[in-house]
Amino acid sequence: MLRLHPGRLAGALILALLTASAPALAGKTLDAIKAKGQIACGVSTGVIGFSAADSQGQWKGLDVDVCKAIAAAVLGDPNKVRWVPLSSQQRFTAIQSGEVDILSRNTTWSLTRDAALGLHFAGVSYYDGQGFLIPKKLKVTSAKQLKNAEVCVQSGTTTEKNLADYARAQGIKLKPVVFDKFEASIKAFFSGRCQAYTTDASALAFIRSKEAPVPDDYLVLPEIISKEPLGPAVRRGDDEWFAIVKWTLNALIEAEELGITQARVDSLKAAPDPAVQRFLGVGEDLGKSLGLDREWAARAVKAVGNYGEIFNRNVGADSPLKLPRGLNAQWNKGGILYAQPLR
Amino acid sequence: MTRRRIAWQALILAGLALLGWLLVDTTASRLQERGIRSGFDFLLEPAGFALGESLLPFEASDSTLRAFAAGLLNTLRVALPGAVLAVLIGVIVGFGRLADNPLVRGLATAFVNGVRNVPLLLHLLAWYFILTDLLPAADSALPLAPGVFLSKSGLALPWWGEAGWEVPVPAGFGIDGGARLTPEYLAMLIGLSLYAAAYIAETLRGAVQALPPGQRLSALALGMTPRQAFTLVLLPQAWRAALPPVTSQLLNLFKNASLAVAIGYPDLVSVAGTSLNQTGRAIECLAVVIAVYLLLSLLAAALSHGLERRGLRGAPA
Repeated sequence: MLRLHPGRLAGALILALLTASAPALAGKTLDAIKAKGQIACGVSTGVIGFSAADSQGQWKGLDVDVCKAIAAAVLGDPNKVRWVPLSSQQRFTAIQSGEVDILSRNTTWSLTRDAALGLHFAGVSYYDGQGFLIPKKLKVTSAKQLKNAEVCVQSGTTTEKNLADYARAQGIKLKPVVFDKFEASIKAFFSGRCQAYTTDASALAFIRSKEAPVPDDYLVLPEIISKEPLGPAVRRGDDEWFAIVKWTLNALIEAEELGITQARVDSLKAAPDPAVQRFLGVGEDLGKSLGLDREWAARAVKAVGNYGEIFNRNVGADSPLKLPRGLNAQWNKGGILYAQPLR
Repeated sequence: MTRRRIAWQALILAGLALLGWLLVDTTASRLQERGIRSGFDFLLEPAGFALGESLLPFEASDSTLRAFAAGLLNTLRVALPGAVLAVLIGVIVGFGRLADNPLVRGLATAFVNGVRNVPLLLHLLAWYFILTDLLPAADSALPLAPGVFLSKSGLALPWWGEAGWEVPVPAGFGIDGGARLTPEYLAMLIGLSLYAAAYIAETLRGAVQALPPGQRLSALALGMTPRQAFTLVLLPQAWRAALPPVTSQLLNLFKNASLAVAIGYPDLVSVAGTSLNQTGRAIECLAVVIAVYLLLSLLAAALSHGLERRGLRGAPA
């Protein structure tokens, strides 16, 4: 990951200046992608469950599957993706400058980012929230009891600000100890340097089960101190491309609601439900309005499955993370996942 | 001939200025085209994040500018004592490298080779994890002396606080009151000063060995001890030749302090990284850091040049 060494800062500045003078690609992203035959997808440098390369160098995760679905919808092949691992400092510059076509990198959708960074968020692919991990021996049961505690944090996210907000709102003092690398922050916490570790709750579950010397000695506190809607973002200035990303994400969520699974994409083409027929391109042609063909959504689901399948495989019951669906269940199943209708 | 040369130089200068203006202008207009907000106004907005340690009282509601200032103070807090320590250790080790005693010479050589041949980042991480792994937890701090506690939260010392002279007492999760030297600070201080000391020692050894051998022999013949010969005769002469490279090493130490975020010390670069992420003003945050480093390094270099020009008579600093 990028360490902000002055020499590199100068390099980054020069690079930013150079890339900034490249011509803008307004309205041409789709054409450029088709010409290249490849989508450049900005992912993390390794967040298990969301985007991480496995031992064979294959990228896996929920954010990764979103990019694969878009590649399948647009190019007909989920593997026509160039993965660009980005540190949290690099990510916005990479999407702004056109180095990547999509930023699918567990990035929180917030006003500042949406309005001031030249981005459009295409939707929410995971509703997360920030929590605390503590050693059980502290005998703390609520984050409100963490008075004067030192809290280990990895820099480069909204985490530090949320922590400060929470401390101010509760009137308690929390001292952040900020590391630029995930490994160092985890190591410092488990060596006992900090009384608590804070990051998004999805990651806390993983850290507790995979990184803790003895998982049972640690506890995730019940408080969720922030809203972290994570989703893919695109560069401003190309509404057509924005629509394709937005509706592919919607299609993955809608597919789950309609009961369209990876295995049943083909057999369901004969189903009588008009919504299913539309989705699979048997009924009226939804792809045309997006500048795609009629089978775009069917290909996306066939490539990576519907949202529920993506969730279970990467972060849910069938994954090491075993996260509950929670907020990320469909709106009619107790969650807040609600796809705009494909019609 | 000279007129033509001046014309050429003016042309090149104008070209450079034009290039610089083009870069700034293109960047600004492209940023605007893409709907990216730019400018330095964010420096006056509330920072919104807290700092783990700061000499300057700092709250999340204070401005980002104040956060940068606190970060810079944290950088200087580790770089200035680090520079003093580096020179002291460097002189001692440099003397050791020239000692007649083979054990002392061997130890000094081992120190130089051991320290100099490992990347600084590894030094910092190693010192940090040694400190945090070995020390007792904050709730069972080791009392070294009355009011002095050592734990994973750092070294707590009696110090002037808001309520006058404060003596640290165990409280809650850790130690309350007095001053605190955190493990992050201590690891930075130890790592940076030892690393620079190894280079300074070698510089001094080279400078001393470049002196005519008669200097040392005469000093010894006059009845001086080897240490007197080193500090009173050799070092004052060698120091003059060693000053520019030693200054470079101290500047390196200052710049290397930017590795602090690797071990959780909130220096200027760490603060800039956090603000960059909160505000998305990448170019602006980087520009501030570059300007500060450039300005302070030039200032230090000018200071060192001044010392050189004055001939630096007498004992080493």
